[in-house]
This record gives sequence, structure tokens and C-alpha cells, in this order.
Amino acid sequence: MSHEHKLAIFRGTVKFKSNTQKIWGVLIFLTIVTTIEVALGITKPHILVANTFIGMKILNWVFIILTLVKAYYIAWDFMHLRDEKSSLRRAIVWTPIFLVSYLIFILLFEADYIYNVFKDGFIEWNF
Amino acid sequence: MDSTITTGAEEENVWGGGNRPLGASYGKLMMWFFIVSDALTFSGFLASYGFSRFKFIETWPIADQVFTHVPFIHGNFPMYYVAFMTFVLIMSSVTMVLAVDAGHKMMKNKAILYMFLTIIGGAIFVGSQAWEWATFIKGDYGALETKGGRILQFVKADTGERAALADFAKVIPGDRSVHDYNDGVWFYGEGSLPSYTVNEVTEGFLADPNILIRTETITEEGEKTLLTREESLTKIKDAQLVVEGANLIRNEYGSRLFADFFFFITGFHGFHVFSGVVINVIIFFNIILGTYERRGHYEMVEKVGLYWHFVDLVWVFVFTFFYLV
Repeated sequence: MSHEHKLAIFRGTVKFKSNTQKIWGVLIFLTIVTTIEVALGITKPHILVANTFIGMKILNWVFIILTLVKAYYIAWDFMHLRDEKSSLRRAIVWTPIFLVSYLIFILLFEADYIYNVFKDGFIEWNF
Repeated sequence: MDSTITTGAEEENVWGGGNRPLGASYGKLMMWFFIVSDALTFSGFLASYGFSRFKFIETWPIADQVFTHVPFIHGNFPMYYVAFMTFVLIMSSVTMVLAVDAGHKMMKNKAILYMFLTIIGGAIFVGSQAWEWATFIKGDYGALETKGGRILQFVKADTGERAALADFAKVIPGDRSVHDYNDGVWFYGEGSLPSYTVNEVTEGFLADPNILIRTETITEEGEKTLLTREESLTKIKDAQLVVEGANLIRNEYGSRLFADFFFFITGFHGFHVFSGVVINVIIFFNIILGTYERRGHYEMVEKVGLYWHFVDLVWVFVFTFFYLV
């Protein structure tokens, strides 16, 4: 069980001396990201709320992207996918990404359609 | 079986076992398989939450107006406690990595210490979630439900703060009591009655000009619609039921599906955390007993660690989609 640990994150910009140090580094990074999320969630800056991108507020896009960033570091450093063979990593990562993107696309599209039916389709539900 | 191998080399037995094309042991691979399938289950939950939310995009409850409590402190603190819970879970993930790391180096005492800290973190998280559920189920202001199943909440006109039913409802003496099952022809009882009847709330509302109704509909600015006093007076005629707190049928926060998804998703996740804590405790005692010391490696800690990190990973998504977005 003597794995070699890859000790650089951010594509080699930050290098750590030991695996333990890297973990603390990643913790600090994740804490900063969570703090930013909560701060944005409480203040809700007007620019990010007023503008939308593909039907969703910019603020929500920011949240989703930050979440994916956090997920990446949890999987890569805490679950040490960074140290696994690339074939294992790909099998684990791309399978859910493919299936979940498909599911989200189908469900949200359908939901938007139902929303429009409720809105314009002579159905009274909000009374 | 071996006759189908065409690569030639006799010592390389591809299907006979013994080699590890992915560089991971059987147990670890199986843990990863489980995690991938569990991730798909959670994705199914979260995607169906997205479905219901996009379907009712104009009336969905706003999370910062629902989760505003911190234990032992009164006041309006949106998100702070959930942020704290997130931090606790990430922190316990860190101690888990440190336990795995100590295991790799065969440092038994360090592994024991870090496993212990991980268990404590998990217990704090589960406890917080139980408290969150209790607060959510109890509710704080109370609301009315209309004939169409929509929720009407009350706001004080002068301060803009939420008004609890107890702030303005009139107490009208009446003889409506809880229907116990031995009182009726049918052997059905009923749950506890709400603190006030619709009539009491309506009378109190008519008597107090300072109370306005807030509907579920979200305005362009992303706030709930506040009706004027005249509109409120018309709207209150639609009221059918008094709703306090939340259950699987209705809740005082808004859309009925909101509470259902809250219970299912955070409940399913909380159950994962609980099982994780139980498994961690088992591993913790195994380390103390020296099972892995005798086995010669601490891979079991690593496998359980993978599960524990996965629980943390799921929470990151639940946190975003339930509390932030």
C-alpha cells in the first residue's frame, strides 16, 4: 500500500512538502470557497441577481460552478483520485457525469414545459 | 479459458486473476462501484428536486427565509448554521484523510486519534441535522392555506417583519376539541389541532390593520409578493386551513413539495452520515484491537474513508441546491 502521492494542486502552481500538508492546504481552499458562497448567498449582489444566463440567474451559475470546484478537490485530494490510475479515474468520473447531465437536461426541459402549460394553458392552480 | 489468450506470454495470465489492471484492490474497486451507484441515486433525488422547482419556479419557497435559526440564539440568521454544518463535515473529512495517511505509515495511535475526531465530527453533524429537522417541523410563524393549496403568510406592515399567528389571532371560545378515536363512530382519531382556527385568525386579521398577507408568488426582484391591505382583505376569504410547521402533506413555508424534498433528500443524506458514523466506530475499535496491525495494512480505513468523503461530497451538492440556489 505504498502509493506515491502527487503533491501539487492548481496544475502545479501550489506544491506541498507532504500529503498531510496538502490536505490542510485543500481544507483552507475549500473553507474559502464555502465562505464566498455563504457571503454571496446572504448579500445577493444586485448585478448577479438581476442578470440571467440561459434562463438562470448569474448568482446561481456562480454557486453551481463553485460547487463543482469543491467537488473536484474533495474527489481528487480527499478521495485521492489524483493518485489513482487514469483509467480508474475516468471510469469513476465520466460515467456519472454523462448519465447525470442527460437526466438533468431531460427533467429540467420537461419541467419548463409543464411550467408553461400551467402558465398559459387555461389551468388555474394558484388560487 | 486460457486458450483464448493470444498475447503469447505464458506467465501473463489475464483472466486467471492476480493482476490489477486498475491498480486498485478488489475491495477498493467495489467501494468505488458502490459510490458511483449511490451518487446516481442522489443525483436522481436532486434532479427531481430541480424538476419540481422549475415546474413551480415562480412560487418556490426562498431558502434564506426558511432556514433562519441558530441553536440557543434568537433572531434572523439565514444560512449561518448550515454553513457551520458544512464546515464540520469538511473538517471531519480532513481528519479522515489524516487517519488514512497515518494508517499508510502504520502509526496506530495517530490513526486512533484521527478516527475518533472523525466520529465526533460526524456525530455533531447528525445532531445538527436532527435539530434542523425539529425546527423545520415545528415551524415558527404559522400560515393559512387557501382552497387551491397555496400558503398565505403574514407580515407586519410597519416593520416589514413576519407576524406569527399568535401575534394577532383572536381567541374565540368554542367547543371544537381534538377528535379522539373513542369518541366517534369511525375508529379514526386526528392529529393535534392547530393553535387557532381559521375563524380566529381571520377575525384577528380583520381587527388589526397592521397585518398584511404575503403570497407565494415571487416578484421580479426575487422577493415574495406583499399584498396591500385591500388585496389582503379579499385574499383572506380564500383561506381554508391553518398550517403550523411542516409535515409530508403540507407546510407553512410554501409549496408542499418543498418539505417533501427536504425530508427525503436531507433525510437520505442524514441516514448515510449515520451509517458512516456506525461504520467509523467499528473501524475505530478494530484499529484499537490491532486488527489492521496484524493484517499488515490499513486498507480498510482507506475504504471506509472513501465512503465518508463521499458523504461529504454529497452534502456539498445538497447544500448548494437546497440552501443556496
